Amino acid sequence: MELLNEIFIEPFVLMADIPDLFVQTIWEGFVSGILYALIALGFVLIFKASGVFNFAQGIMVVFAALALVSLSQFMPAWIALILTIGIMALLAIGIERAVLRPLVGQDDAILLMATIGLTLFLQGVGETVFGGEPKAMVTEELGLPTGSTDWSPFEGWRVTLQHIDVAAVVIATLMVIGLAIFFSKTRIGRALRAVADDHTAALSVGISLNQIWAIVWFAAGIVALVTGIMWGARSDVSFALEVIALKALAVLILGGFTSIPGAIVGGLIIGIGEKVFEVYWGGIFGGGVEAWFAYVLALIFLLFRPQGLFGEKIIERV
Amino acid sequence: MFYREAGQFKTNHKADQAIFPIFQDRVGLSMIVAVAFLVPMFGSDFFLNSIMIPFLIFSLAAIGLNILTGYCGQLSLGTGAFMGVGAYSCYKLVTIFPEVNILIHILLSGFFAAAVGCVFGLPSLRIKGLYLAITTLAAQFFLEWCFIRIRWLYNYNDSGAIEVPNSTLFGIGISGSQATPTARYYAVLAIVVLLTWIASNVIRGRIGRSWMMIRDMDIAAELMGIKPLNAKLSAFAMSSYYCGVAGALMVFMWLGAAEVESFNIDVSFQVLFMVIIGGLGSLIGCFMGAAFIWALPIIIRAFPGFIGLEIGAATVEHIASVVIGALIIAFLILEPHGFARLWQITKEKLRTWPFPYS
Repeated sequence: MELLNEIFIEPFVLMADIPDLFVQTIWEGFVSGILYALIALGFVLIFKASGVFNFAQGIMVVFAALALVSLSQFMPAWIALILTIGIMALLAIGIERAVLRPLVGQDDAILLMATIGLTLFLQGVGETVFGGEPKAMVTEELGLPTGSTDWSPFEGWRVTLQHIDVAAVVIATLMVIGLAIFFSKTRIGRALRAVADDHTAALSVGISLNQIWAIVWFAAGIVALVTGIMWGARSDVSFALEVIALKALAVLILGGFTSIPGAIVGGLIIGIGEKVFEVYWGGIFGGGVEAWFAYVLALIFLLFRPQGLFGEKIIERV
Repeated sequence: MFYREAGQFKTNHKADQAIFPIFQDRVGLSMIVAVAFLVPMFGSDFFLNSIMIPFLIFSLAAIGLNILTGYCGQLSLGTGAFMGVGAYSCYKLVTIFPEVNILIHILLSGFFAAAVGCVFGLPSLRIKGLYLAITTLAAQFFLEWCFIRIRWLYNYNDSGAIEVPNSTLFGIGISGSQATPTARYYAVLAIVVLLTWIASNVIRGRIGRSWMMIRDMDIAAELMGIKPLNAKLSAFAMSSYYCGVAGALMVFMWLGAAEVESFNIDVSFQVLFMVIIGGLGSLIGCFMGAAFIWALPIIIRAFPGFIGLEIGAATVEHIASVVIGALIIAFLILEPHGFARLWQITKEKLRTWPFPYS
């Protein structure tokens, strides 16, 4: 009885009692959901175009952010930003040449393992070149806002909005719109969609797969860089970010591996769900439920809809 | 010249279906087992403790994962957590029944892991491929959280770690601080040999064949009368049993004490690397993969000291990570089917050596 009360009644009473806390929780969840969605977006881009489940997306986020922070110690932030974009481009070309091209047509598990190998590699390189200790993101030098405002739409409400969070939401939205335009309007974008649809058919009309893969990895690298900046501005830039990136995997299964809207909606569901669950129901479990909530939610969800939220219906034939 | 089955005629079905029908294989295997039992005579304590014992334990875990991934085709990233279930349940068994022998506890603890494995294996009936791999991450993180939050599992002590009591078999210490590496090595070796023998027979039998049918094409297997529920869950159960026993061995025979970090996702990846590098669907590959993945970092770390370079420990660690990552990618490119395939090629070559065209 006590337990039922704690699960089904008290959290809702609390929500109604302190509505601004509830709004604050939702907002925090929304922002982290956006960032999960960005990481998941990087996965989806690569998976759609090359069928590779890129486990290294998380480390690419850390790598890009670390490169940016370390470079900006020696030069103005905007030059460092351009150089980092250059590094991500080189990385994309390198990965396509050295890893993807020789492994074309291999089993899913082997491609997955190759990206885990890539994770180890990038982690080692990052730690050797940039050092392993946490660094502060160069937020102000990049022209991103800091500080916070209190927002009180009603009497007695107080919802704190960090400016960087607002900026993150705006930039993420702009980037998704930009990607959508890129995919639907440009020549390369159309080629990308053709490759995602059918590799062989795309090849036969003269689209270079190798070029497309390099471009897609570069696009994922840019997404990783933006994610790294945003996440780095909220906490420090360190290799701990990689664990957070693992959570984007739960977002992926929720949204489906091949759906960009799925990645975004999935990210928001996981971000908000996890914060609300932690704040209102976490106490029953003794706290720390954020570590597994995303996965368990995704698991339960998949039992009812194995193809994810927006995935195409899986048709199996013998 | 020597490795040839010519002239070895079988006169009954039993001999024909024997696990090693070729005489040379039997000789080779008995030599390997004999060498394994003689290792403590030549190896130092360091060699036993930091190479041989973990190698055997990880081989066992790799066999467990290979049953699931290599034979039944279900990719899993939760191996570390299942090993943890084995370790923690063994610890609880030892606390509750201190008078029972530790080896029995270790073998029993696998059953708890098998039960947990079955629960997390249930989604595999509806979810397939990479999606399933990600859902096994749910097992990994949820169980890790349980190992921290459920204080009963580590007897409410403040450190949150489980520690191994001393125990003996026939008056010789086999676990805890008083046990010699030699004694622990023999205990681990005995369990690993026994379980490998059981695994190789199960895989050849009806159950193993049903796993392979599910792996090769699940719908076709279903049409031919294989129940996916039975096949998949038995694979999850057996796989988790092996991982659980490996986890219990890891704490009780090797580490001596363990925390949650000993069973985190890195362990899952490490075992998965062993299985993939060793070769999916091959038992001998598990041993080769485990040897490679376990020995590689040790060799790389020892290398700078060997050629007289002075590099900080942290830097060596980072460079080791780079080299391992690069080597794994290179290996996957050069031989995606792992050591098992190389071994098979070698055997083919040996059959015709030294006259490959005759």
